Amino acid sequence: MRITVASGKGGTGKTTVATSLALSLTTNAADLPPLFLDCDVEAPNAHLFLKPTFENRKDVSLLIPSIDESKCTSCGKCAEVCEYHAIAVLGKNVMVFPKLCHGCGSCTLVCPTKAIKEVPNLLGSLEAGSTASGIQFSRGTLDIGEPMAVPVIRQLKKWSVAQPGQVVVVDAPPGTSCPVVESVRGADFLLLVTEPTPFGLHDLKLAAQVAKELQIPAGVIINRDGIGDTGVEKYCIAVSLPILMRIPYDRAIAEGTARGQTLLEIDPKYTMLFQQLFLEISRIVAQQ
Amino acid sequence: MKITITASSPSLDAEFDPRFGRCAYFLILETKTMQWEAFPNPGINASGGAGTQAAQFIAKQKVSAAISGDFGPNASSALNAAGILMYLNKADGNIQDIVKRFNAGELQQVSAPTASGSHH
Repeated sequence: MRITVASGKGGTGKTTVATSLALSLTTNAADLPPLFLDCDVEAPNAHLFLKPTFENRKDVSLLIPSIDESKCTSCGKCAEVCEYHAIAVLGKNVMVFPKLCHGCGSCTLVCPTKAIKEVPNLLGSLEAGSTASGIQFSRGTLDIGEPMAVPVIRQLKKWSVAQPGQVVVVDAPPGTSCPVVESVRGADFLLLVTEPTPFGLHDLKLAAQVAKELQIPAGVIINRDGIGDTGVEKYCIAVSLPILMRIPYDRAIAEGTARGQTLLEIDPKYTMLFQQLFLEISRIVAQQ
Repeated sequence: MKITITASSPSLDAEFDPRFGRCAYFLILETKTMQWEAFPNPGINASGGAGTQAAQFIAKQKVSAAISGDFGPNASSALNAAGILMYLNKADGNIQDIVKRFNAGELQQVSAPTASGSHH
């Protein structure tokens, strides 16, 4: 079972929910502790709440073209085939723009004189370890200044393999662009954390479309319940998105989160609430 | 001198388009004769790399200079490699006004990026 936590709007409480859900799955000693993947590679922060000790590290790089000028005839075929305009042929000059390259390898395939060799371009790193509670924790980190988050997320998912029967909790990045789609791909359930405001609703609708497009069942958690308006509830009812939990707008939660605590540590009642949430998600997934 | 100006429509009376990689049209004209031709920007809807695509397109048209509102880092490197000079226009006016200012030497020439890329 793989549950991905996403939101659309940033700052709605994805990491609060994902880390609390993961921790709630460690309280029953008979269960295998979950695997946690922090896929918010541009700003990973789940480690602040789950406090893992990292034991393994791996570089992430993408193969990008390198042009051998002695073999290049400036024919321009590489620039024509490149969907992302990462190669420019300007007269006799051939330029590679590493930050635009998606590493697809098409330029190498079409080069008639075999003037292109693929070389690794370092993008970031992966780290893995475990927490005192037994959670297997992995995160990806995109290097500062690098724009390409997807290869880091893709390699993190490949590198951190779940054991048979192990629950996987994925903390996705905000938004609904490529890095989110890559984080959500392969999930059995998409947990959408939102806040009851027009901005929260606007982005919830986009995130719900991602779930629909990828044909993944989804449910909603309303965080900061009590602020804003009833737009999110009305929308959820209209499109039959189940509201699975409400987390109140509460000073004690804000203070605890600022100290790096999960909801379970802030208020013990959340242990049972998150266990119930997991059972409800399992029930929805089993019906699919 | 053969130059290109980023324009919002295909005409000498067109409003200037201050974006380089995402402009609507490249108006290419010979400053001596004022003979002109307009090309729709092939990269206006590119998912990325609009600047490098635009630079390659105008390099194929063999222009010597490009006038726009800003040049991003990729466009700037590509234009430099192609030997195309970059000039900034920051004032209002139509394409003809900008050509006049260019001919009078009033436009600032730049050799480095003037804006950060708008990668998403």
